[in-house]
Amino acid sequence: MHAETTANDRKAAATAVFKDMPREPGVPKPDPILVVDNVVRRFGGLTAVDVEHVEIQRGAITALIGPNGAGKTTFFNQLTGFDTADSGSWTFNGRAMNGVPPHKVARNGMVRTFQLTKALSRLTVIENMRLGAQRQKGENFWRALVPAFWTGQEDEITERADDLLRRFKLDAKREDFAGSLSGGQRKLLEMARALMVEPELVMLDEPMAGVNPALTQSLLGHVKDLREQGMTVLFVEHDMDMVRDISDWVIVMAQGTVIAEGPPSTIMSDERVVDAYLGAHHDAPLSDSELQAQLQDAEAELEAEIEEETQK
Amino acid sequence: MDWITILSTTIKSAVGVETVLYALAAIGINIHFGYTGLLNFGQAAFMAVAGYGLAVTVTVMGLPFWVGIIVGLVAAAVLALLLGIPTLHLRADYLAIVTIAGAEIIRLVFRSVAFKDIFGGSDGRRGFGTGFQELNPFPPGDYGFNLGPIPLFFAHWQLWVMLVGWVLIAVCCLIVYLVMKSPWGRVLKAIREDEDAVRSLGKNVFSYKMQSLVLGGVIGCLGGFIYGLAYGSVQPDVFGTETTFYLYTMVILGGAARVFGPVVGSMLFWVLLVLLNGTLSEAVAAGVITFIDANQAGALRYVFVGLGLILLLVFRPQGIFGDKREIAIDAR
Repeated sequence: MHAETTANDRKAAATAVFKDMPREPGVPKPDPILVVDNVVRRFGGLTAVDVEHVEIQRGAITALIGPNGAGKTTFFNQLTGFDTADSGSWTFNGRAMNGVPPHKVARNGMVRTFQLTKALSRLTVIENMRLGAQRQKGENFWRALVPAFWTGQEDEITERADDLLRRFKLDAKREDFAGSLSGGQRKLLEMARALMVEPELVMLDEPMAGVNPALTQSLLGHVKDLREQGMTVLFVEHDMDMVRDISDWVIVMAQGTVIAEGPPSTIMSDERVVDAYLGAHHDAPLSDSELQAQLQDAEAELEAEIEEETQK
Repeated sequence: MDWITILSTTIKSAVGVETVLYALAAIGINIHFGYTGLLNFGQAAFMAVAGYGLAVTVTVMGLPFWVGIIVGLVAAAVLALLLGIPTLHLRADYLAIVTIAGAEIIRLVFRSVAFKDIFGGSDGRRGFGTGFQELNPFPPGDYGFNLGPIPLFFAHWQLWVMLVGWVLIAVCCLIVYLVMKSPWGRVLKAIREDEDAVRSLGKNVFSYKMQSLVLGGVIGCLGGFIYGLAYGSVQPDVFGTETTFYLYTMVILGGAARVFGPVVGSMLFWVLLVLLNGTLSEAVAAGVITFIDANQAGALRYVFVGLGLILLLVFRPQGIFGDKREIAIDAR
């Protein structure tokens, strides 16, 4: 019973924080774990990400949504060091993180999963889990040669891994190759493995993609669990039912920028969000005359431009 | 047909000098390719810098034999760093291209006319084995026994090289066994499966790939020493790309990512090659086969080895020691 009350407390605390928060993009949060400023990533002429300012509240579940091609995954890659931002800066727990290589980002407590699940196929499930543990003595070549240096720590790691496997109901698969798991089980394994790092911020890139409905409920439960254990969650997702169900706050991206923020209950009725998903004039059909006028305007503009070019 | 000679040479080749030196180099390839997934197509270059490091130090500079060994080991480690620094940040295929090109550059430098004073051109270097043979504890003579009618004898100098070689193989296998069941080896195997996943778990992938490249290169260079010491000479063309491809054949034959895979692979490879060679050339000499001559028989054995490898990959892709489940996962 006690655990349940604290769980509800955390949910309530997160809800209380966001209660009267303005719905503007980049709104300041009372206790941000991650603060992002002016992150820009261009691929040739295409600006994939251009985020002016965004803050992620500690201890809450924040969803990052947006139409396809909005730059959500690219933004994730910038923050975790898997891709280099053209400019911008961000701090995690007050520490600057721009230009930090991915393995150091993870060591600092900011761990991500991938949209296309990366199970290490020809390693067993338990070996996948053990790999996640940090500061392993046996990961040094010279110490690896003498098992006495690392077997003690290995036992502790294995115990922690077995606990997590039980929680994620993967303990029956312990000795199987990760490559033999189903898609949903791989998602579970990837999440459990990320927890072996003991992160403060868990970043999930589409945790529900390709998971069958039966497993969805269990995955949702696990994500909520993370908050209850005091972790912060930032996740990218397309499934709005899931976003409504588990997130405390929603950030909406479109064409590389953050266009709106708000609580999950009302965010989908926000005009800017509807525009981004369906287009600004989705409910205003163009008449023929309006179309003609627009075309003429565009032509006139082009002609003026050409004239300008030839005069140079 | 002289079956006694054929069987004698075949059985001796299972433990002979060639098997030893290729097994050592193949253990290195197994660390690179089998465990870490690094496509190093320049293993012959690691053997070459070791062999030449020893040869040049002793013959040109007149230094003792053990200094030559140190020079060779350092040269192999430096070569691994030089090949790795520009390529290990990139995708796996770049390492393959750079190593194959680097190995050819090294071979061509060793055989070039410009450096003939140092490396001896296409004739290579000879006469640096005395320091090693002075340490030989076996008095001159032939050692061995008769297996029924089949004589199995090695000269004392061969036996000395083989003894050192097999001790080195045992030590290398022990090292591979220890590190590959440790957390260090777990990181290497994870890198083989997916680098980005390993990065996301806080491991410095570049550093581990470099450690793997150096370890496999240094173990591989021991094969170069054994070659130089067994034949008392090095020639540049011994270290061509086909040597590297034989090594890959052995690793796949024995089973990649298995401790004894490369050793058994090397034994099988040489046993098959020597058996085919002996049988074919005896058959030609005895007039049993009339449509090819003795030289063609030598080339034909490689045709059969290639055919054998194709059949192996079709019917037992995991090699002798491999686990069929792993191959099945790959096919997904």
